[in-house]
Amino acid sequence: MMSLKNKALTKSIWVFHVSAGSCNNCDIEILDCFTPKFDVERFGIQLIGSVRHADAILITGAMNRKSVPLMKKIYEQAPKPCVVVAVGQCALSQHMFRDSYNMIGPLDKILPVDLYIPGCPPRPEAMIDGIRKLVKKIRGGK
Amino acid sequence: MKILFHYFIFPGLFFSVVIGLLLCWADRKITARLQWRVGPPWHQNFTDIIKLLYKETIVPVNVRMTFFLAPAVGLFSATLAAAILGRSIISPLESFAGDLIVVLYLLTMPAIAMILGGSSSQNPLASVGASREMKMVLAYELPFLLSVIAVIIKNAGTIQLGSIVNIQANSGANIASLSGACAFISAIFCMQAKLGFVPFDASEADQEIMGGTLIEYSGPLLAFFKLTKAVMFYTMPLLLIVLFLGKDTTPVFMILKYLLLVTIAVLIKNTNPRLRIDQALRFFWGPMTALATISVILAAIRL
Repeated sequence: MMSLKNKALTKSIWVFHVSAGSCNNCDIEILDCFTPKFDVERFGIQLIGSVRHADAILITGAMNRKSVPLMKKIYEQAPKPCVVVAVGQCALSQHMFRDSYNMIGPLDKILPVDLYIPGCPPRPEAMIDGIRKLVKKIRGGK
Repeated sequence: MKILFHYFIFPGLFFSVVIGLLLCWADRKITARLQWRVGPPWHQNFTDIIKLLYKETIVPVNVRMTFFLAPAVGLFSATLAAAILGRSIISPLESFAGDLIVVLYLLTMPAIAMILGGSSSQNPLASVGASREMKMVLAYELPFLLSVIAVIIKNAGTIQLGSIVNIQANSGANIASLSGACAFISAIFCMQAKLGFVPFDASEADQEIMGGTLIEYSGPLLAFFKLTKAVMFYTMPLLLIVLFLGKDTTPVFMILKYLLLVTIAVLIKNTNPRLRIDQALRFFWGPMTALATISVILAAIRL
């Protein structure tokens, strides 16, 4: 039964996409994954509108004082099991905003991040590769 | 025992859910091919449902029982309609008088379940979705019922699905006449709206109101709604076949007619942008109601 659960969870990933204050480059690259060239719907990955339906939360952008409470709220609203994916250098390490006055910290200091996708912005291939690695980890690990 | 078998296994719950999920996959696959993509594998919708069953159910504070009951009401009425329709095709003589009316009522229940569930979830976007769904029901029920009335007049005033099928088997399909063709065109668009497909999906618009009525649903309850949609996708083309294309009910012809209707629905879905709710209302109460009224008049003068 455990394997059926993991198989279903990894074969149908519904993605909720949040921008925590990014420059929109990462967001555009995320949408590129759904274009005919990459077509992640092959793997059952879908963008959905409500966080209540989400299996994965993609977070882009640097965490500032305004967005941190919202990110925490969004994570609490998602039904578990739900993974958090940090997309782009800003979410990973705050990039060039590191010394800015309203930065709180990188995303993994705030939420439990399962997958890091570096890049500014990351290429769609990098995101698909990252998802593959996460799927392998979930299937093999548990 | 036999009734239970018909309701739960064939042609009721189990059968309609399986076929409905396969149809939803066909819809996604055709959409993907039209957009020059590859599309999901055939078991994708089954995987989605199984996954939803393993997810946590989040219950908003202060919700009433309707939040839990609405998905079940929707699914069970849709499957009951599927069972009655399926039986009326398999053995037309077994059907009871007035089952057409019962089916029409049962096919409205999923929309009402959506309205109930959405408005009991206490989310502002869900109530926007529920109000849009309500307007959609008001909009499409009028031309849909008018085109059904045209069929009833055409078939000597019978309100029994089995005898509608029988009359068509003896004297030609309803769509072959002028009144039947007019009613069929308006019923196709009403089917599109009843299924919540794209030109008329303002109540669930993912991009503007984030799922609308379904916004607060998660886990198994959401799976129930997804199954309801799948069963509706199975049932509505079947109803149109019974009403308009009931000439030949051998399996091969049934499947061909069925796939034709499904393809029409998917093509309309993929070649149209979403209408605002007022545009949808105007479309249904304007041209579609006019067309359906004309078909009623034509049926009354036996054309």
